[in-house]
Amino acid sequence: MRTRESTLWTWHLLAGAVILVLLGLHMFIMHLSGLGGSGEEDVLSYSSVMERSRALAFVIVYILLLGVALYHGLYGFRKIVFELTLSEGVERAVTVLIVLLGLALFVIGSYATITAYAM
Amino acid sequence: MIETRSRKQSGGSEEVIKTVQFSVLRYDPKTLPAPRVDSFNVPVTKGLTVLDGLHYIKENLDSSLAWRYSCRMGVCGSCGMFINSYPRLACNTQVLELKTDTVHLKPLPNFDIIKDLVPDLSVLFEKHRSVRPFIVRRDVSIDELPSGEFFQSVEELERYLQFTYCIKCGLCMAACPTVATDRRYLGPQPLTQAYRYDIDSRDDGSDERKEEALGSHGAFRCHFAGACSEVCPKGVDPALGIQLSKRRAFVASLGLLPKKRLAAVAPPVTSAKRREGTPDAPERTVR
Repeated sequence: MRTRESTLWTWHLLAGAVILVLLGLHMFIMHLSGLGGSGEEDVLSYSSVMERSRALAFVIVYILLLGVALYHGLYGFRKIVFELTLSEGVERAVTVLIVLLGLALFVIGSYATITAYAM
Repeated sequence: MIETRSRKQSGGSEEVIKTVQFSVLRYDPKTLPAPRVDSFNVPVTKGLTVLDGLHYIKENLDSSLAWRYSCRMGVCGSCGMFINSYPRLACNTQVLELKTDTVHLKPLPNFDIIKDLVPDLSVLFEKHRSVRPFIVRRDVSIDELPSGEFFQSVEELERYLQFTYCIKCGLCMAACPTVATDRRYLGPQPLTQAYRYDIDSRDDGSDERKEEALGSHGAFRCHFAGACSEVCPKGVDPALGIQLSKRRAFVASLGLLPKKRLAAVAPPVTSAKRREGTPDAPERTVR
């Protein structure tokens, strides 16, 4: 019953579920943490951003969020492109390009996160 | 254009309620460079269907008009067409129920046109065939059991029963927005039939269908617009079938799909043992 496409699609669903949790956490920290007393400026200030960037838990969460968001988004983009009734060869080329694009963006994003952690 | 009249139709006894204009798309790829629209005035009586109206045009106004039909009672699925921008069966659509003065008729979208209102359904049948829409067994040859039966409970039957009502009219394929954009997308009819056999307790052919039904242009391309279920003249819910198919694939991808318990082959009726307590048959009254 399992096919390559059903596996990719299952990951797409699971990535969506993970995004829901991690993005919810991110939104809560960025927009609702002020409810406890500290203002939004505090959350967005340079010192607050750097403080979060130096926390290992945030680094892990950000890299994980980057990975699942890239996978979820790029799989959805691939799905849209495939609706153009392309030939199998073009579809394969599109898949390779999207994988390369995703990997490049993941490396750049992870590099920025890790660099900030090391600062 | 409404013309209310009260006269007897020639050869008939029903009262003409009004005259409705049939605006029909005409096209013959072999002779016409582009489609055109012809209009015909059809006297409408109570209960007159679009199919009856087309017969009236053919008999009285233009004998060259082409469309496909057979049973005239919503069973064969031949007369599907785009009636007032909605895929319907012509035999199943009463003109007065459309509540319009003009009936716009076009061939089903998402299919090539053979002539006038005749769509080329061969793509549908090819896709349907590609999902192997029949009982597949590995342990027993169906060919060796031409009159044999499998054991199947009512509950097992009811799981797929609604999907067996499909008459392959192609209305769901015509309504599907994904079929409109992706010609390689399998479409609601074949995907639903693949699911129908996948969940049939007598069938063991899921692995032979998966590359088509769950491939890159299979069930995962469905946007769940639900148009297929909306237009189905037999009350089949293809959108449900596709979603259940996706769910089944999801569970299978996680390795959580329970192993299918295949229905056993029933012994011939002649070799069945009589149950204890079964009363004797009454004596024959006719010899």
